[in-house]
Amino acid sequence: MSDFIFLYRNSPAAREAAMGTPEQRQKNMQRWMAWMRDLEGKGHLKSAGQPLDRSGKLVRGGSKAVTDGPFVEAKDVIGGYSIIEARDLAHAAELAKGCPALDGAEGSVEVRPVMKLEM
Amino acid sequence: MPADLHEHLFRHEAGRMTASLTRLFGMQNFALVEDVVQDAFCRALEIWKLRGVPPNPSAWLMTTARNRALDVIRRERTARTFAPEVTRLLETEWTAAGVVAEAFSGDVVLAEQLRMMFSCCHPDLAEPAQIALILNILCGFGAPEIAAAFLTSRAAIEKRITRGKRVLAGSSTLFDLSDADFAARLSAVHRALYLLFNEGYHGASTQGAVRAELCEEAMRLTALLRDHPVTRTPATFALSALMALHAARLPARIDAAGELQSLWEQDRSAWNHALIAEGQELLDRSAAGDELTAYHVEAAIAAIHAAAPTLEATDWNAIVTLYDRLMAIAPSAVVALNRAIAIAQRDGPDQGIEAIERIADRERLGAYPFFPAALGELERRRGNVGEARTYFGRALQLARSDAERRYIERRIETALR
Repeated sequence: MSDFIFLYRNSPAAREAAMGTPEQRQKNMQRWMAWMRDLEGKGHLKSAGQPLDRSGKLVRGGSKAVTDGPFVEAKDVIGGYSIIEARDLAHAAELAKGCPALDGAEGSVEVRPVMKLEM
Repeated sequence: MPADLHEHLFRHEAGRMTASLTRLFGMQNFALVEDVVQDAFCRALEIWKLRGVPPNPSAWLMTTARNRALDVIRRERTARTFAPEVTRLLETEWTAAGVVAEAFSGDVVLAEQLRMMFSCCHPDLAEPAQIALILNILCGFGAPEIAAAFLTSRAAIEKRITRGKRVLAGSSTLFDLSDADFAARLSAVHRALYLLFNEGYHGASTQGAVRAELCEEAMRLTALLRDHPVTRTPATFALSALMALHAARLPARIDAAGELQSLWEQDRSAWNHALIAEGQELLDRSAAGDELTAYHVEAAIAAIHAAAPTLEATDWNAIVTLYDRLMAIAPSAVVALNRAIAIAQRDGPDQGIEAIERIADRERLGAYPFFPAALGELERRRGNVGEARTYFGRALQLARSDAERRYIERRIETALR
């Protein structure tokens, strides 16, 4: 078993819609709960990670200039992350297919193996 | 706001909040559960004093406890392990609020209260300890109130509750209603609620108010069993019927002067006829299935009494038959004594005394004041005034409370004049 990070991405508009009304928020929350419970139940959830707020700051290299989020110019923003245990990358990608981030066409899950650095 | 209003409200909500919070925090964090419940009550008192009682105080309390639970989880999740089923899901903001909301939703609150009730009836605990735990955890009674109801010292009750909570904490989760032991545990729950009701109905506590409350709590918890598909069994309906039919007579059991009134002298117009109708309906529903429990038979006896317009018009033959059946299912000296009294009503005092003499384990009634009182009553009816006097004298010595003592004194006065 190896560790993989799932980076949940979505367009700012889709995120906005999912969190719009209390009903949508609740429905969205329930979808994510079911997804996390499923991963947990099958022993794949190493850490559920955390959802991320839409706002933020961006600190750029060189000048160390600080600009405000929420990155309106970006096509998609990272909405959160989890750490998943899977056999291999293909298995991890298969698991990602159940993610509620994929409910809309603009959502995506970036599946990245944790790199083991050796000295 | 009158103090007894929130006492009543807080008591009922305490059981609901405790059940939901325990589902989240786990039994091992029961002290934290109790802190959060206490905290919600303190907030309510503070805020309601300023802004008045909200339109739905019970929902307000549940919401406060829910928000508080989420605060505590966020603050303590790195330091504590919560309930095993949810501990991973409480670690993350992806699911924490959702899991907390779920624990406070209607169906779950009911199911968790039942699991708590079943957990309190742990086989390692004696029945008095089970009842003390139920009153403390599910009914929000403090040790002093429980001690007053059972005429026990506060220290003894505290010890019982502490030990009980230790036994509960021994298992990481609450009793699971799908457990293989379910049937056995359900009968233990029935028994505990039956004893709780009886303590209220016949108990030694002299305070009528305390006793009525015990009956109410037993009825409320039995109604919770009726609300859940898994615990809605014929025996649950029978127990519920039994309680309703007896409770219907409560208003007449104590007269205006605060004196205990036996079934023989009660003012039947003071019986609660709505409760009698409810009890009758519950008894009808208990007839599903082929299981006949002692609760069924006791409820059927109570129904016959409730249906009789006068003592004389009671169907004593049916009552004797039911006592015969009760003796076959759950024989005891007290049941045998009641059967003998019913025989005396049907056939006369000679037959009644004969039936009493045939009670096999009569010596078990040695400390029971109504045993010599019954013999005294029957001897009087036979015209043996001297013997009657001796028996009543013995009954007086055995009386366990002032109410019982005054009751027997009154019998002596009126019967042996």
